[in-house]
Amino acid sequence: MLRKYLDKIKPNFEPGGKYQSLRSVFDGFETFLYTPRSTSQSGVHVHDSIDSKRVMIIVVAALMPCLLFGMYNTGYQNFIGSGITDLNFWHIMLYGFLAILPKIIVTYAVGLGIEFIVAQWRGEEIQEGFLVTGILVPLICPIETPVWMLAVATAFSVIFVKEVFGGTGFNIFNVALVTRAVLFFGYPAQMSGDRAFIASSPICGLGGTVEYSDAFTGATPLNQIANGADAATDAAGHILSTWDAFLGLYPGSFGETSTLCVLLGAALLLITGIASWKIMASVFAGGLFMGWIAYTFQSPIYPGSAILPIDQLVYGGFAFAAVFMATDPVTAARTGIGKYIYGFLVGVIAIIIRVYNNGYPEGAMLAVLLMNALAPLIDYCVVQANISQRMKRLRA
Amino acid sequence: MAEKVNNKSVFFNPFSKNNPVIVQVLGICSVLAVTAKLEPAIVMGISVIAVLAFSNVIISLIRNTIPTNIRIIVQLVVVAGLVVIVDQLLKAYTYDVSKQLSVFIGLIITNCILMGRLEAFAMANKPWPSFLDGIGNGIGYTIILVIVGFFRELLGSGTLLGYQVVPQWCYEHGYVNNGLMILPPMALIVVACIIWVHRLCNKDLQED
Repeated sequence: MLRKYLDKIKPNFEPGGKYQSLRSVFDGFETFLYTPRSTSQSGVHVHDSIDSKRVMIIVVAALMPCLLFGMYNTGYQNFIGSGITDLNFWHIMLYGFLAILPKIIVTYAVGLGIEFIVAQWRGEEIQEGFLVTGILVPLICPIETPVWMLAVATAFSVIFVKEVFGGTGFNIFNVALVTRAVLFFGYPAQMSGDRAFIASSPICGLGGTVEYSDAFTGATPLNQIANGADAATDAAGHILSTWDAFLGLYPGSFGETSTLCVLLGAALLLITGIASWKIMASVFAGGLFMGWIAYTFQSPIYPGSAILPIDQLVYGGFAFAAVFMATDPVTAARTGIGKYIYGFLVGVIAIIIRVYNNGYPEGAMLAVLLMNALAPLIDYCVVQANISQRMKRLRA
Repeated sequence: MAEKVNNKSVFFNPFSKNNPVIVQVLGICSVLAVTAKLEPAIVMGISVIAVLAFSNVIISLIRNTIPTNIRIIVQLVVVAGLVVIVDQLLKAYTYDVSKQLSVFIGLIITNCILMGRLEAFAMANKPWPSFLDGIGNGIGYTIILVIVGFFRELLGSGTLLGYQVVPQWCYEHGYVNNGLMILPPMALIVVACIIWVHRLCNKDLQED
């Protein structure tokens, strides 16, 4: 039925039709809903039956565990923070859903709006890269980020990081991470500290007003340790074991707290072969390695160095960045050996920033952005090394 | 530049078609450094206009007696002398701004626009066109500085020339100044936007 409707309205969008200027919008929706019918006109080059829209959908599916857990965590933190004793699962989920929904809608509306306008302007097809970015952005931001800030930062990074470089597939930096970086540097007071990570007010009669006290802190584990706490605790003051941190019921950016859910997403990405296991594994290896060095040479000047290496991996956004950010195929290194080097350095730099820069208790974001910038250089070196090796073999 | 120079185009070209910052891309460092607020940007612009105009005239007057081998040194001496005068004047009359600008007035000596104009124009032209060229390029530089300073101060601090422009009402309803605008990277991005708009309006400047 939908197909029939699309076919009926299609002539309006052909060149010469009534809405020809909206052709790319129509085209975008049509190919999103149905596999395009047009086949290649010249020789056929089959790579795979999968096109980038379907890749994006799978990545979004892989993010679902994080999203659902984020909803639960948001609701849970608000409920215990406001002293509600009746922890009804569905109430918690509904609260979290209502808290994140406006952010997802705004991010998509702003990002897709810009993409539509630019596609129209250039007369190209709409590029689908924003499908993933739009869900990543709300997931990596603190829940208390005002919606208008999200809109500003999303617009900024879609325009300056993606569209000016030529759109999806040409960006140097990960768009979602730049959005977060813009928020972080533009509005530091709203993006860090101990008030940003817990939804503090009731929504539609659900939840309550959070009252911060000595018994209830909104600081993330990394923040607490950077401020000199002996051990990380959850919001209510219970000490977090590695297993608790792995499960993720503690204050943090919306979707990144639960390493378990991140790993569920990682499994889906690896089974479908969408993300590179080389990058993922080497990010974790790099994090462990640097965490171990920091732990071995720990000093009281850098409180972060007292975190166990394994805890470094489960606190904060490290796992999320390793699985969903570092593996972004556009901005990561592309050669095989390059992927190992790239991933390893992402892990190492993330922990270095975390431990040795007391100003930024979380380093995964900056590490990935830095390595995005260096990825082409890594690829170049790998390719050159390969060339010179072969030349040597040729001469021998 | 042996051909006859048209005084009018010498003066007006640097405003837009041959703007030192957005077309020749010179003097970017000081655009980064002094544009977080509008006031230092304006003072810096005026200082550069003055130094540029007078150094152009002086070099143009002695252009035939400068030995080619040491011309850069001679130019530097002239510019440095003028910069010191400007610096002292600022310290005497606008001490606060002078403190904000700190080393950047001194660094006018190494501002690429100055050496560029001296080498490219004053060494080959008579004093009057050189004077106009200096003023023109100085104003072209100042225009960009003021535009960048305007946006950075407005969005980054909510003020203009120190007066609050964004109404208090907005702050009470959750508006927050963008701290990123105060940081140097945003100066580059604002300049990039100006170049973008400028190229859109001037098709002949677009490169492939």
